[in-house]
Amino acid sequence: MNTIKEMPVAELARRIRRHVIVMANRANASHIGSGLSVADILAVLYGRILRFDPQRPGWAERDRFILSKGHGCAALYATLAECGFFPVQTLETYYQNGTILPGHTTHKFTPGVEASTGSLGHGLPMGIGMALAAKRDGKPYRVFVVLSDGECDEGSNWEAALFAPHHKLDNLVAIVDYNKIQSLGHVKDVLDLEPLADKWRAFGWATQELQGHDLGALEKVLSSIPAQPGRPTCLIAHTIKGKGVSFMENKLQYHYTPPRGEELPRALAEVEGA
Amino acid sequence: MRNAFLDTLFELAQQDERIVFITGDLGYRVVEKLMEQRPLQFLNAGVAEQNLTGLAAGMALSGKVVFTYSIGNFPTMRCLEQIRNDICYHEANVKIVTVGGGFAYGPMGVTHHAIEDLAVMRAMPGLIVVAPGDPVEARAATRALVAHAGPCYLRLGKAGEPTVHTGPIDYRLGKAIRLREGTDLTLISTGGMLQTAAKAAERLASRGVQTRVLSMHTLKPLDESEVLAGARETGAVATLEEHSINGGLGSAVAEVLAETLDVKVPFKRIGMPPIFSPHIGTQEYMLQKHGLNDEAVAAVLLTLVQARNPTSRGSVATL
Repeated sequence: MNTIKEMPVAELARRIRRHVIVMANRANASHIGSGLSVADILAVLYGRILRFDPQRPGWAERDRFILSKGHGCAALYATLAECGFFPVQTLETYYQNGTILPGHTTHKFTPGVEASTGSLGHGLPMGIGMALAAKRDGKPYRVFVVLSDGECDEGSNWEAALFAPHHKLDNLVAIVDYNKIQSLGHVKDVLDLEPLADKWRAFGWATQELQGHDLGALEKVLSSIPAQPGRPTCLIAHTIKGKGVSFMENKLQYHYTPPRGEELPRALAEVEGA
Repeated sequence: MRNAFLDTLFELAQQDERIVFITGDLGYRVVEKLMEQRPLQFLNAGVAEQNLTGLAAGMALSGKVVFTYSIGNFPTMRCLEQIRNDICYHEANVKIVTVGGGFAYGPMGVTHHAIEDLAVMRAMPGLIVVAPGDPVEARAATRALVAHAGPCYLRLGKAGEPTVHTGPIDYRLGKAIRLREGTDLTLISTGGMLQTAAKAAERLASRGVQTRVLSMHTLKPLDESEVLAGARETGAVATLEEHSINGGLGSAVAEVLAETLDVKVPFKRIGMPPIFSPHIGTQEYMLQKHGLNDEAVAAVLLTLVQARNPTSRGSVATL
């Protein structure tokens, strides 16, 4: 169906990071830190877990993936290009006039993008609708939604969190890319989410915490969905904003600033050396 | 209208398993038949309209024909961004249905007065906006909405509205229905004000003024040709709605008239001023307080007819 499953996941993750860095630099675009923090999650999902066919993005039996943190789109575009949904060269047009790759994931423009996001707190309810339809129709596809930590401030997510366990949507997986930094500061200072895993657990989700850059751990957990029959799964993925480029890691600045000038070769060298 | 809608939806749901009805925990003693007899086509999403609307879009994108349902402002304003992004931008086959449009829940207070919903919904790209005038139109609208693959808003009254159409109607989305012919002015009504429009026209007829009455059951897309025909053929136009005069039917008609170079006719928007009502009471009481009873409407229409261009057709000699 597609050849990406033959590529080592670490190689896919490396390619995603390389694309994200080059794309942000070329476009002078923000959100590079978010793209780097979610890169490993996307590599495992697309490289090992999701059932999809890049030749048939609308294939009815495909697993659904929603990047609810739509600002991390550069990493998703890089992943989709590597998977063959569109040519890798298209990534050069990211964020440019006339592109099919806007600054937030948009289903109208980009093959393989399931849902348009960008306003936070929309992906999980939409994913619930897809999961519920699958349950009622007896279809085998699963739904994966990646949220940011700052996004967990949105009340709509907690409406959704209440709903999914009540309806036993064990074909639904929410992954929180918990990189600990949101728009104006550290999550614990802006609006503390802790104890985050306990919150999801208390709502009834089969909840696990793991290191979101541990490819083996991600693959192991995501290969055995549902984590508990009859319950939706929530993975709290502890990640590092800007992961893979030492001078970007855990820096609020790289929610906004792309690598410029001599930062670009330094960033790429670090990713290549990883 | 609510019962006409629910009865029709139940019939349709029996024939079309794609139909799913999602309520925001409302509909006591009216939704039970669907809930009990078609459980896979029913869902109570709880009092959580953002999630309700988002998941409705998700189900529609998975092949369902989804109806969301609650009181006036709740499934519209509480989740407006979900309507814009999740439903409209995805062209999801979701029909947003409200009960209690206008002052149907008048005694319940301002939170339950739905008098800006049409304006807000009309601004949403790709959303068809429908406000039936009586139970006959509500039944026809329900069928038309299922037949139309795309986002729609259906604004209903509550229960007990009289049947205005005495015979069969030719109901098509986007096409106004002429309830009454007339030569002296055109009164365009949307939603449950249709009965008031008919009565006001009757009052004017007794004074020798012949009113063309249009039921503009579809606010968007607006039947512009019927608006312009009314202006050209009768020489005066008024709109009537249980809604703010800002952004609803009156505004929609005004936009058409203002942008048509060869039409210059007296025009009046009859509806609610854009305020929170200072009154509390039954629908009838509220309408009367805001000049939306048939007697007050007829009086406004008379002044409009008197102001119209004397060279246009029609006669007001008997006034």
